[in-house]
Amino acid sequence: MSMKIFIPRDSAATAVGADEVARAIAQEAAAQKLSVQIIRNSSRGMFWLEPFVEVETPQGRVGYGPVSEKDVKALFKARFHEGKPHKLSVGLVEELPYLKNQERLTFARAGLTDPLSIDDYRAHGGYEGLAKALTLAGSAIVTEVTDSGLRGRGGAGFPTGLKWKTVHDARADQKYVCCNADEGDSGTFADRMVMEGDPFMLIEGMTIAALASGATKGFVYIRSEYPAAIATMKQAIIIAEAAGFLGQNIQGTDRSFRLEVRRGAGAYICGEETAMLESLEGKRGMVRAKPPIPALQGLFGKPTVINNVLSFAAVPFILAKGAATYKNYGMGRSHGTLPFQLAGNIKRGGLVEKAFGVTLGELVNDFGGGTASGKKVRAMQIGGPLGAYVPAAQLGMPMDYETFAANGAMVGHGGIVVFDSNVDMAAQARFAMEFCAIESCGKCTPCRIGSTRGMEVIDRITANEEREANLTLLEDLCQTMTDGSLCAMGGLTPMPVMSALKHFPEDFGAKKPRMKMAAE
Amino acid sequence: MSGKATLLDFTGKTADPALAICQKHGNRSDALLEILHDLQHEQGHVPEASLPVIAKALNLSRAEVYGVATFYHDFHFKPKAAHVIKICRAEACQSMGARELQAMAEKFLKVKLGETTADRQITLEATYCLGLCASSPAIMVDERPVARVDAKTFKAIVAGLK
Ligand SMILES: Cc1cc2nc3c(=O)[nH]c(=O)nc-3n(C[C@H](O)[C@H](O)[C@H](O)COP(=O)(O)O)c2cc1C
Ligand code: SF4
Repeated sequence: MSMKIFIPRDSAATAVGADEVARAIAQEAAAQKLSVQIIRNSSRGMFWLEPFVEVETPQGRVGYGPVSEKDVKALFKARFHEGKPHKLSVGLVEELPYLKNQERLTFARAGLTDPLSIDDYRAHGGYEGLAKALTLAGSAIVTEVTDSGLRGRGGAGFPTGLKWKTVHDARADQKYVCCNADEGDSGTFADRMVMEGDPFMLIEGMTIAALASGATKGFVYIRSEYPAAIATMKQAIIIAEAAGFLGQNIQGTDRSFRLEVRRGAGAYICGEETAMLESLEGKRGMVRAKPPIPALQGLFGKPTVINNVLSFAAVPFILAKGAATYKNYGMGRSHGTLPFQLAGNIKRGGLVEKAFGVTLGELVNDFGGGTASGKKVRAMQIGGPLGAYVPAAQLGMPMDYETFAANGAMVGHGGIVVFDSNVDMAAQARFAMEFCAIESCGKCTPCRIGSTRGMEVIDRITANEEREANLTLLEDLCQTMTDGSLCAMGGLTPMPVMSALKHFPEDFGAKKPRMKMAAE
Repeated sequence: MSGKATLLDFTGKTADPALAICQKHGNRSDALLEILHDLQHEQGHVPEASLPVIAKALNLSRAEVYGVATFYHDFHFKPKAAHVIKICRAEACQSMGARELQAMAEKFLKVKLGETTADRQITLEATYCLGLCASSPAIMVDERPVARVDAKTFKAIVAGLK
């Protein structure tokens, strides 16, 4: 019997040489006349170990990583293909605390399956949710999702069931389901991992949304920076159609749902849902005023369900295992799990799916192991480029929408970017303004112009030019952006700026309190 | 009458390459971004001369097509170098030295972001997040993402392109 060797095809693996490692392993196995089967699986989401090679043994899978091409000969010599010890071995993969201590409901298949094998998908619980949904009326599916407490994972945390109900109740000749896969936030990659690693899960979630709302046509809007996700989703759609899970007469029923992939074109603002709709209509990505809400007048003016990748991806589990099972995870009004993404200057970066309520410190220190540089954690930006900078003093905060909001921060899409003591927080604040200037759609003056003025004012503050007057000016400017912007691009850019200023005034040229004390 | 080169329009000139692409997308105006992507992939850039052709095929105004082509960072009217290297400038990469990597790359290639090297081999650009935020800093070399990049790997990548 041939041995099974798993090497991820995730971009985070191929970007550090997984293809080369796979080739070298195939060559060496051939040279040694060993019969091996190489499976390009999804990633476990332990990116410090990529390329992470796993070998099937009677005890379970044994992992090795990070493996480089030049390690391959030595690995064979140590008989890694039989799970034997080697300095790169991490032992039995399922026993690693990083994985064992997670609650992977959405990412249950991560690392286990071949992303494009629909048989693999079904063997690991795939399409159980759809099977259930096909026995239910649309309104009953909506109730199930509502009862699960699922809130939108794209950032705003809006109840998903409520959105679906609005579309379900709307009367129209055509309805749509659109997936927001623009994932523009730095520090996030969970959407990418779903699309590259478990594409049928997203398709299943969207199909259930279509059944619930009465939509027959859908789009996945994927950013162009994700070529592998685009290619994988396109292939998966073809495979799902051929297997009768998508397209005309799903599973022999009278229900139909057609799905198309559309590419973005490098505009961050197209992650905002109405700009995304404009883009899907082939137009400039300009934000629309609300109302009307997209659930009533969305794509081409028709009722449209718009959700983030992770929102759709949570749905198959909810249908298969029941709303109550999902709702039992979490704290307060944040139900279920969130796939957190540990990023930036962190020792063990990757995907950690945990129930809401886990603390920031547990994620960054216990899972993440602190910084990659070994220096002190100084700040974390949470929830993307529009999210607040949180100081290390707040590591005790539980991850929960309401707790974060009460502390002037946001959970957003669950990305946590760690910075060590080298960070210059004034430069980070300035970048927030610069990013807003680059990516503004241009509709509102405070966002379009204010962001450029913001950079200038921050420059003057750090240069100590009329410090007090410029600090007041920055505050005024931020208030104007908050109040006078149509969407959260201009409206939330003040969040990283003001949080940096509040928690790290010394980086903006303020006298350090310590120095003050010495002078006294 | 098959193939792009022999497709004739009524004036007898060779048809614009955009026509076949529009047709492939059913001349649907909502597919405009897809059409521009395909055209750019095929031609290396979006030829300005194609814009009125696309407008006519999709039943849009020229201004609408021009507006879309200029709104999105991806589309460009002028040809770029044989290879494009995009350096991620976003926060996660910043935390792992992206600013220093950018400075090194600019010095090494003797260009600023947005410029093309003297030998026209490489255009250096910025990008904002490649979704490799736990393996920073990251860059995109043509369509290939590369992560955990340092000066040494960057120089090796450049050498490999030439
Ligand atoms: C500037 C801006 C960028 C956004 N980017 C994204 C994004 O990349 N992905 C996403 O799902 N939502 C993004 N959103 C949020 C969407 O507007 C919308 O709330 C979300 O797609 C709804 O889906 P959900 O309820 O499942 O979260 C963004 C919002 C703003 C204001
Ligand atoms: S806040 Fe900025 S991005 Fe949002 S609509 Fe206004 S100009 Fe456009």
